[in-house]
Amino acid sequence: MSPQRHRLAAGGRIDRSRPLNFTFNGRRFEGYAGDTLASALIANGVTPVARSFKYHRPRGIVGAGAEEPNAIVQLETGARTQPNQRATRVELYDGLTAASVNCWPSVNFDLGAVNNLLKRLLPAGFYYKTFMWPPGFWMRYEYFIRRAAGLGKAPAAPDPDRYDKMHCHADVLVVGGGPSGLAAALAAGRTGARVILADGQNEFGGALLDGGAEIDGGPALDWVAAAVAELEAMAEVRLLPRATVAGYYDHNYLTIVERVTDHLGAAAPANLPRQRLWKVRAGQVVLATGSVERPLVFADNDRPGIMLASAAATYVNRYAAKPGSRAVVFTNNDSAYRVALDLAEAGIEVAAVVDPRPEPEGPLPARTRARGIEVLGGQAVVAAHGGGRVAAVEVMGLDQAGGGVIGESRRVRCDLVCVSGGWNPTVHLFSQSGGRLRYDDALAGFVPDRSAQAERSVGAAAGTFALADCLARGFEAGLEAAAEAGFRRKGRSRRAPKAPAQEEAPLRPFWVVPSTVARGRGTKHFIDLQNDVTVADVALAVREGYRSAEHLKRYTTMGMGTDQGKIGNVTGLAVLSELVDADIPSVGTTTFRPPYTPVGFGLLAGREVGALADPVRKTAIHRWHEDRGAAFEDVGQWKRPWYFPRAGESMHDAVNRECLAVRNSVGVMDASTLGKIDIQGPDALRLLNWVYTNAWDNLKIGRCRYGLMLGEDGMVMDDGVTTRLAEHHYLMTTTTGGAAGVLAWLEMWLQTEWLDLKVHLTSVTEHWATVAVAGPRARELLSALTSDIDLSAKAFPFMSMRAGTVAGVPARVFRISFTGELSFEINVPASYGMAVWNAVMMAGEKYGVTPFGTEAMHILRAEKGYIIVGDETDGTTTPGDVGMDWIVSKKKPDFIGKRSLSRPDTAREGRKQLVGLLTQDPKEVLPEGGQIVAEPEKKPPMKMIGHVTSSYWSASLGRSIALALVYGGHKRHGETVHVPLIGKTVSAVVSEPRFYDPEGVRLRG
Amino acid sequence: MKKYSIFSLVRNAVSYHERWSEAWRSPEPKGAYEVVIVGGGGHGLATAYYLAKEHGITNVAVVEKGWLGLGNTGRNTTIIRSNYLWDESAHLYEKSLQLYEGLSQELNFNIMLSQRGCLNLAHNQHDLRQLSRRVNAIRLNGIDSEILTAGQIKALVPILNCSPTARYPVLGGSLQRRGGTARHDAVAWAFARAADARGVDIIQNCEVTGIRRDGGRVTGVETTKGLIKAGKVGVVVAGHASVLAEMVGLRLPIESHPLQALVSEPIKPVLDTVVMSAAVHVYLSQSDKGELVLGAGIDSYNSYAQRGSLPIIEHMLAACVDLFPIVSRLRMLRQWAGIVDVCPDASPIVGKTPVEGFYVNFGWGTGGFKATPGSGWVFAYTIAQDRPHPLNEPFSLERFHTGYLVDEHGAAGVAH
Ligand SMILES: Cc1cc2nc3c(=O)[nH]c(=O)nc-3n(C[C@H](O)[C@H](O)[C@H](O)COP(=O)(O)OP(=O)(O)OC[C@H]3O[C@@H](n4cnc5c(N)ncnc54)[C@H](O)[C@@H]3O)c2cc1C
Repeated sequence: MSPQRHRLAAGGRIDRSRPLNFTFNGRRFEGYAGDTLASALIANGVTPVARSFKYHRPRGIVGAGAEEPNAIVQLETGARTQPNQRATRVELYDGLTAASVNCWPSVNFDLGAVNNLLKRLLPAGFYYKTFMWPPGFWMRYEYFIRRAAGLGKAPAAPDPDRYDKMHCHADVLVVGGGPSGLAAALAAGRTGARVILADGQNEFGGALLDGGAEIDGGPALDWVAAAVAELEAMAEVRLLPRATVAGYYDHNYLTIVERVTDHLGAAAPANLPRQRLWKVRAGQVVLATGSVERPLVFADNDRPGIMLASAAATYVNRYAAKPGSRAVVFTNNDSAYRVALDLAEAGIEVAAVVDPRPEPEGPLPARTRARGIEVLGGQAVVAAHGGGRVAAVEVMGLDQAGGGVIGESRRVRCDLVCVSGGWNPTVHLFSQSGGRLRYDDALAGFVPDRSAQAERSVGAAAGTFALADCLARGFEAGLEAAAEAGFRRKGRSRRAPKAPAQEEAPLRPFWVVPSTVARGRGTKHFIDLQNDVTVADVALAVREGYRSAEHLKRYTTMGMGTDQGKIGNVTGLAVLSELVDADIPSVGTTTFRPPYTPVGFGLLAGREVGALADPVRKTAIHRWHEDRGAAFEDVGQWKRPWYFPRAGESMHDAVNRECLAVRNSVGVMDASTLGKIDIQGPDALRLLNWVYTNAWDNLKIGRCRYGLMLGEDGMVMDDGVTTRLAEHHYLMTTTTGGAAGVLAWLEMWLQTEWLDLKVHLTSVTEHWATVAVAGPRARELLSALTSDIDLSAKAFPFMSMRAGTVAGVPARVFRISFTGELSFEINVPASYGMAVWNAVMMAGEKYGVTPFGTEAMHILRAEKGYIIVGDETDGTTTPGDVGMDWIVSKKKPDFIGKRSLSRPDTAREGRKQLVGLLTQDPKEVLPEGGQIVAEPEKKPPMKMIGHVTSSYWSASLGRSIALALVYGGHKRHGETVHVPLIGKTVSAVVSEPRFYDPEGVRLRG
Repeated sequence: MKKYSIFSLVRNAVSYHERWSEAWRSPEPKGAYEVVIVGGGGHGLATAYYLAKEHGITNVAVVEKGWLGLGNTGRNTTIIRSNYLWDESAHLYEKSLQLYEGLSQELNFNIMLSQRGCLNLAHNQHDLRQLSRRVNAIRLNGIDSEILTAGQIKALVPILNCSPTARYPVLGGSLQRRGGTARHDAVAWAFARAADARGVDIIQNCEVTGIRRDGGRVTGVETTKGLIKAGKVGVVVAGHASVLAEMVGLRLPIESHPLQALVSEPIKPVLDTVVMSAAVHVYLSQSDKGELVLGAGIDSYNSYAQRGSLPIIEHMLAACVDLFPIVSRLRMLRQWAGIVDVCPDASPIVGKTPVEGFYVNFGWGTGGFKATPGSGWVFAYTIAQDRPHPLNEPFSLERFHTGYLVDEHGAAGVAH
């Protein structure tokens, strides 16, 4: 392992007593606790760390935070691998393994760099202009393009980690734990308000972590420590470090991504989730999100070793890592002078500070000069030289307007260039919240203007940079926010923390350095480093008419990388405005959309995956079915027994056996999944009359009636039997899959249109277990289990209900039938379901009682021509279409769907109507979903006259049967139609859709 | 129009790409046009192009309130397919797909039509029955479609969770091999450039604020750049159909909803086909840049604000992680929403109105990108001939009175 050659001997917030080993691109290195991967790489002098997306140019680390465009790595390997991690945001841990992405065979020698040689052929949007020949070849080109694109790799295995979600409320949510945010949290917290303070970094302090500053007369970091301690002691304050606020939605709803065990390596406690998604509904929000430095653009400004001045300061001060040994500082504002001084203090030679401002004056330039550093006023870095790393820069004088270079060029040797083009307030969350931005000329950047939600931006995020002002404004905002949330300051008033005033000269707005060669000729001026978008690309886009900020972004891909253009976007707009000769505010800004930084899919999914993706519903009798080896089918969320195969039986055998048992003796089915809605209230009857097509007025207590429910469009929506239990008490059943939808439908009407109806609905689906006993011997079987219900046909007629006891359990028994056989549906409280089922099985032993599943049920009902909503109907089917005109009341003044039924097309003759189909070869079972034609000899596109809705082998009839919807079907009985399939066409005769016991003798018996 | 090709690219490389000309002009509006198209999305631009090309009507303006192509055209998930259940839809979308298949050459702009296939999954017996019905209908309509078994699906999409114990097991699926994606921006730009070359004026940053009429006949549009007279006006404003219709006193059976989408960070290829699951409500593809592109159903509330709600995103990703377990550690890079105008039958309205010379083309809901060239083609015909083409005749406004609906709701599930 190599020593940390670029580690400063002292200083920094790293823990030198805790060395950590890590591997990068296969080489082993050492860093310290407190490092990020980026700072550890710098401390080890590793460069380049990455290749760019398009030209595969070597790249180094540019930033120190979320803005990093270059240092994108693949973290770890195997199932826990993560693509596209920013090295600047990965906290170092022991055993960390990372690699550069999108380069081959290695970051130092990358074959993709051939693109850099071809770069003149690859301007912005080149792919729109080529790859069109020969026609149809695009997908072959695309094959290679796809393989060349993409950064890291997805894991190859499922995610072994867990993710949690937290919902909470806050009176005041403070985003960002720098000086402004801490001051705001302190002020708000002291009022007793419930405060959450979230910060993406592993410790609070924000920009203060870089050291140097003073607050309340002492080192700023002492103040930070005291502030954090005070906040920690407050009962109503929650501190969330390592927690990035990612999204700002309507109604002050924000999401926070907390990295719980990320970057802890082997030390991560196994009981904790990897990450937590906090979903916060905040009374008030204080955005103290700071700012991001932006670069100045010059020729070949992408060389490794060229970085943001603030980042260089962070590496030196916070991490004691030396990003270079001889630096040039290039800045249009005072802040980077402080960096020059810090570098010098750390023993890094500062060759010069280059400043486009003609005469840099004021305390900072003066201190810099006093330190012996040359200050080159009115000059600019025009180009960088070097291969794998910057080796020198060229410096030239600027003309008055900054539009041209003058004088001789001077070459300055260096291996580090620290650039500062000013600061962009981090307005992403503000913009997401719907707030309007304003361009501030003095700052040359966008700042929050008008809030759209209960929110205030403070500190650098609002364009306030002086520490003293940040503290004062943060404190004040904390008090205001708390007050608006209903919390006033209590007790003795405390004053805001104070910091010494600083004097800084204004910046000179400056974006792209002019050069002696026309831009885009030979050298490249990069605006978006990750996507390799240059000034020439922007110029090309503008030349071609892509002049709006949005068009520009889409045409050049500027700002579309994983860094979302955090350092380049404003520069890009400035270049655009210059080219179209308009001011920056009028070319506008692109909208910031959530998230601020990328959020894991797994985190957003949370626990709702795998078995918890959707509740699995099982009936009270499920265990029995499982024990008997039932095959199940999914119906909505329910698991229903599909059929009960015996040893050696195929599905076909089992289903035939089940069907015959019901027809010839007795079968039993678990019908618990049917939706059940308990309806009570004096207006229950009115509700039924509204939602069903038939009339309900004369239904006697204890009687059942079948009903069809239509949508407003007159199409069948659901069906089921409703029973009158008492004067104002009904039990409605629905289809298994439709239960929730029907309840929601009824509630929608009750809550939006029929507020006057006195009626209450309760879903009781899961309260009852339903055992359906069906077949000619059903009565005999049941009579052994009940003594208090007279089962005789006279006393207990078809379509009625009796309450009593079955197998000693209080039960409601319904005499209804979906199989066409004599049938009783025993409803008992769900907890007794299994007991009653077992009692039925025992009592039925002597009749050979046979459990049957949904497949047999489907066949039995099809033999009778009963429809299944969703099979024989598809949302375009009226009651008349399925031959159920009889159920549509002609007398009722109105019901849902009535008006639509009279529309010309709905009332028309010849619609798709329900018929039976009997194949010419009785052994041939038509496939469900087969399309029906009259002229099978034609070639596609063919005229289709209908489709097969249900189709089975009927063991009872010894032949196949099918139901179908056919245009004008009611008048086609006897006609032969055809179903073209792949490789053959099946012919069938249209029939009445009732194949078995059409008079219904058996079910009334 | 200067031709794009590898040769022009090389030639321009020599002059450092400093000689390319603008893809379209930005003219000031003339006082009057034969036809004014309101809405500079893909459909509006395509309409103008086909008016010029197919019907020789070049005195046309496309009036766009913002910049062209940044409405739903620039926000959609770019899925293209023609595997629709009903004959009416199948024929219209198939016409569109066929136009797409020659579009890069016809417009001399690479729209990156990538027919890597579009797969619809079935997760239960009911889904399988529906799938079979659809595939049979689509095939008999002369459109490619096939049923795949779970095994074939696993081979086609290795990252799909095909475990039989999955919460939503994959029991089968249907595949349209000619389905796929195209680059949405390129479609808008290509039509804009080609229409402009044929003399169409594309007027950006010009909002239509009123419709001028004389008796029962349209005479022009009032805009933020003044009155523009017009013999005929075609309105193609996804997301704002009701607002424009209101200007002539038409009430529409349309509801406007946010529809959301998101992309992951770019990764190396893991998915070639478009995969859609109506049952779990998610669909997924991978762009040429490497981003996974995801969509789901609409937000249920009505809105004109192009913002969606978080729960939709959470559900979409839960479904996605469940179907594709390896994506769990990928990250959402961007999320956004567009406003979609949805008709009760989830089919568009393309045709004439009671106002003479006033034609409408909207209500494409969640799935109109795939229809862009076809929609423009039939709409140009409708405007030029003052009567619908047989392909769009069923999609009239009157169908909501007659009940002749083309209901793609139940049958289509997630309809993108
Ligand atoms: C998130 C999302 C995903 C989608 N995914 C798919 C998909 O995968 N496949 C698919 O086929 N479809 C998809 N769609 C649907 C598809 O995007 C649209 O149906 C289609 O793009 C509509 O095209 P358009 O040209 O009519 O509309 P738009 O592109 O929205 O154009 C309408 C234009 O009208 C302009 N306008 C409005 N009012 C005025 C006025 N008063 N004056 C002047 N101009 C005006 C608007 O500014 C806009 O530019 C999706 C939609 C969304 C939102």
